[in-house]
Amino acid sequence: MREVFIPDHLDEIWDILEREPKALLYAGGTDLLVRLRASKTLEPLICLDGIHELKEIYQQGNLVFIGSCVSHTKLMENPLIQKYFPLLIQAVKVLGSPPVRNMGTIGGNICTASPAGDTLPPLYTLGAVVEIRSIESNRLMPLKGFIKSPGKTALQKSEIVYGVWISTDQDYNVCHYEKVGQRKALAIAIASFAALLKLSESGIIENARFAWGSMAPVIVTSQEAEGALIGRPLTEESLRAVVPLVEKAVSPIDDVRASAEYRRIVAGNLLFRLLKHRNHGNT
Amino acid sequence: MKVFFILNGLQTIIDVDPDRRVVDILREDLQLTGTKEGCGSGECGACSILVDGESRLSCLILAAQLEGRQVVTVEGLAAGGKMHPVQEAFVEHGAVQCGFCTPGMVMAVVDLLSRNAEPTRSEVREGISGNLCRCTGYQKIVDAVEAAAKAMKNEGLRVKNDGEG
Repeated sequence: MREVFIPDHLDEIWDILEREPKALLYAGGTDLLVRLRASKTLEPLICLDGIHELKEIYQQGNLVFIGSCVSHTKLMENPLIQKYFPLLIQAVKVLGSPPVRNMGTIGGNICTASPAGDTLPPLYTLGAVVEIRSIESNRLMPLKGFIKSPGKTALQKSEIVYGVWISTDQDYNVCHYEKVGQRKALAIAIASFAALLKLSESGIIENARFAWGSMAPVIVTSQEAEGALIGRPLTEESLRAVVPLVEKAVSPIDDVRASAEYRRIVAGNLLFRLLKHRNHGNT
Repeated sequence: MKVFFILNGLQTIIDVDPDRRVVDILREDLQLTGTKEGCGSGECGACSILVDGESRLSCLILAAQLEGRQVVTVEGLAAGGKMHPVQEAFVEHGAVQCGFCTPGMVMAVVDLLSRNAEPTRSEVREGISGNLCRCTGYQKIVDAVEAAAKAMKNEGLRVKNDGEG
C-alpha cells in the first residue's frame, strides 16, 4: 500500500517532504497515476489538489500569476487569461479531453516536462517564469531553463513548483497555435507550433516569437528564424526563406506517431499557417 | 484510512487503503457497478463521475482524494424514481447500443450541459470527445444530447413559470 497525503496548506508539504523525502507530488494525476500503475515501488504520494493558494490566478501590476494547481479547464474559463494570453487558451483547448482538462493542471504539464506538453510552446513564447518554493527559499526561473529534458526539470529535492508568472506587456497582435495529432481529442502532439507576431499596419513583421513541440527532447525555439523575419512582410516568400533555419533548429525522432523526416517537414510547413493572419494589420 | 464524502447525496464514510482507485471502491466496495472501467489510463472516459460537479476519471483518482468531496455516479442521477433528462433522451434516441460507454457518456453530457445549456452539434462532439463509444453510435448520442438540452430548457421554463405562479 502507498501512503497518500492530501495537505490543505502549503506549510504541511514541507513536513511531509522532510519525513518522506522520496514522496512523489501530483495534482490531477492524469500523468503520474497512469505511470505508477506499471511501477513496482511504493513511494508515498502527496496530492496538491487540496491547497487553495495553488489554485489562484491573479494580476499583480503587469504580471499575471497562475498557481501550479490551476486546472486546464479553469485556465480556459479565466477572464485574465482570456484577455491577455489567448495563445495559451488555444493550446489548452486541444489538450487531452474535457475530463483530462478538468483534472490536469498547468504545474503538472510543466513538471511532466514532455516535449509534447501542450501548454509548453505557448508558455515559452510568452516568456513564462516559474516560481519554485521550498521551506527556506523562493526562487524564480525562466521556464526555458527550468525544463532540462523529457521528465527532468531544475526542481531540487524538497522543492515544488508554486506557479508561473507571465508578463501582460506582450507586444504582439497575432497569435497562432496549432497541434498536429492523429486525432483531435486525446492525442499526443506529433508536432505543435506556437507563434506570436507583431504586424505593422502595412503587414511588416516587427516582432516574432516561435516555439515548436515534439521536435526535440525539449521545446524548440529559434532566435535565428525569428530574427530573419523582422522587417520583412508576412508573405509566403518571407516564410519560405526561414524554413531552412527551422529545419536546422529541430532534431525530431522517429516514434510510433510519426517519422523524424515527417516532423521536420511539418515544423517548417506550420510557418505557412501564419499567412491566414496576413490581413491582421489592416483590419 | 477513513474517508468522509457525499456520494449521490448521502453522507458516506468508507474505511479503505488510501491508494485504491475510486473506480474500484465504487464497483467493488460500494456495489455501484454503473461506473465502468475501460482503459484504466484516462483515455476512454467510461469511468467518468462528477466530483464537485465536474466530470472526472475515477480510474485516476485515489480514495484519499475523495475526502470532503461531492461525488455523483450514474446511479445518483435519477431523482424520485424519475430518470435524468439526459438518461431519458439516451433511451428515447437509441443512443445506447452495448451500453458500456453510456454511464461515462451520460456524466460527460451532464457536465457539458451544466456549462453550456444550448450546445451546437460540434460543441456536443467536443464535450463528449473524452468518451469513446466502440459501437460508434455517436450520431444518435449527439441527437440525444440535443434533445436533452431542449427538454432541460423546457423543464427550466416550466419550473420558472410555475414559480411565478
